[in-house]
Amino acid sequence: MKGSEKMNHVYDIIIIGGGPAGLSAGLYGSRSKLDVLVIEKEKFGGQAATTAELENYPGSIENCTGPALSERMKKQAEEFGTTFAKDEILDVDFTGEIKIIKGRKEEYHAKTVIIATGAEYRLAGFKNEKELRGRGVSYCATCDADFFEGLDVAVIGGGDSAITEALHLTKYAETVTIIHRRDTLRAAKSLQEKAFNHPKIKFIWDTVVEEAKGDEILESLVIKNIKTGETSELLVNGVFVFVGLDPKSEIFKGKVLMDEKGYIITDRNMKTNVEGVFAAGDVTQKSLRQVITAAADGAIAAISAEEYINEKFEK
Amino acid sequence: MFEVNKENFEVEVTNYTEKPVFVDFWGDKCERCKELMPDVHALEEKYGDKIKFCSLNTSENRRLAIAQRVLGLPTMIMYVNGEKVEVLTPDKINSVEDIENMIKKFCK
Ligand SMILES: Cc1cc2nc3c(=O)[nH]c(=O)nc-3n(C[C@H](O)[C@H](O)[C@H](O)COP(=O)(O)OP(=O)(O)OC[C@H]3O[C@@H](n4cnc5c(N)ncnc54)[C@H](O)[C@@H]3O)c2cc1C
Repeated sequence: MKGSEKMNHVYDIIIIGGGPAGLSAGLYGSRSKLDVLVIEKEKFGGQAATTAELENYPGSIENCTGPALSERMKKQAEEFGTTFAKDEILDVDFTGEIKIIKGRKEEYHAKTVIIATGAEYRLAGFKNEKELRGRGVSYCATCDADFFEGLDVAVIGGGDSAITEALHLTKYAETVTIIHRRDTLRAAKSLQEKAFNHPKIKFIWDTVVEEAKGDEILESLVIKNIKTGETSELLVNGVFVFVGLDPKSEIFKGKVLMDEKGYIITDRNMKTNVEGVFAAGDVTQKSLRQVITAAADGAIAAISAEEYINEKFEK
Repeated sequence: MFEVNKENFEVEVTNYTEKPVFVDFWGDKCERCKELMPDVHALEEKYGDKIKFCSLNTSENRRLAIAQRVLGLPTMIMYVNGEKVEVLTPDKINSVEDIENMIKKFCK
């Protein structure tokens, strides 16, 4: 389809975001013979494509790396006829019966929209974090781990992501120091056990990072024990930050209902408060943000969208 | 694109003065780098007469990359008379336009 044809074309479903939620919605939608477009600005697979080990997605025992699973999800959707576009959505108009979606490159039209824009890592908030980003400060171990072969790295955080990524980093780095602001981990017990028993992993408890130091690239971290108030310097070449997520929902502010943190509120069928607009995955308000729940949301959203189209447009 | 490495970096980049040198630091595991590669090649077609285009595989030249203060991929660096004059770290590269904008500045 050429640009101009795409512009006049009205899709049955447009899915904004090509992570697990979006790809699963694409699969279910096109399997129902609907005309479906998934729009992704960066990388299909979303956050899932940035993790090395996805050992808790059912059936992903073999070749369970994030990039591999993402690739299979995309391929499966493609085989059922999902179409894909690379564009960044900047604005939306949900007021009419036909929804208008404005991208950096093009404008798109659809009977229904599924918002699957996911979430994004949160900054840890130490001094020079932004200045040294991509120069030793990283938010993606899969992307950058091999660079740190034989070097010393730190991981900030105590949840599943932090521990999983710390374990992955041990394959490359000489030492991995986990810096956590509490004295216990939030991560799953099985992960904790692996980390505690790993010879390359050390822990620094009750501690936050105050500053990153270095001449052009990271050389050390200034850390502070929040119980004693004592500060010290830790020499590391890399620091990986996994301290939580924020929803990517700014462009939908005032257009669909969200909670105070910016998570989109849906019912059990993934409907938002706006007719014909659905949301799925990490961008929604829920308690478990994982690949499996994102994929489930996507499936439900696609089927809800199909029902809506049948009622509204095909009487 | 001209492949630079630890053996020829000095001659081809740091001691090279004929025109500005652009170096694309990439790595075997960097998918984003590979995605951008065709676009960077297209930039070479367009600006190759004014700028020397090089690529450096950091997986094979890690020490050299770190010596150039590169610790994340993709990183794109412009050198003029062997001096590092501008650096694009991964977070500054959203699309090929960001790379083109940097290159254009040195196309006098
Ligand atoms: C390091 C790490 C490790 C993890 N490990 C696991 C694990 O082991 N097991 C597990 O189940 N889960 C894991 N997760 C969580 C899991 O990856 C997420 O829950 C899941 O990816 C959410 O899917 P999603 O489709 O809702 O959102 P995302 O994966 O965030 O995808 C959203 C997509 O939308 C795109 N997008 C956003 N805004 C726009 C826009 N305006 N225009 C166009 N596109 C846009 C984004 O680029 C992104 O690709 C991990 C996450 C991280 C970060």
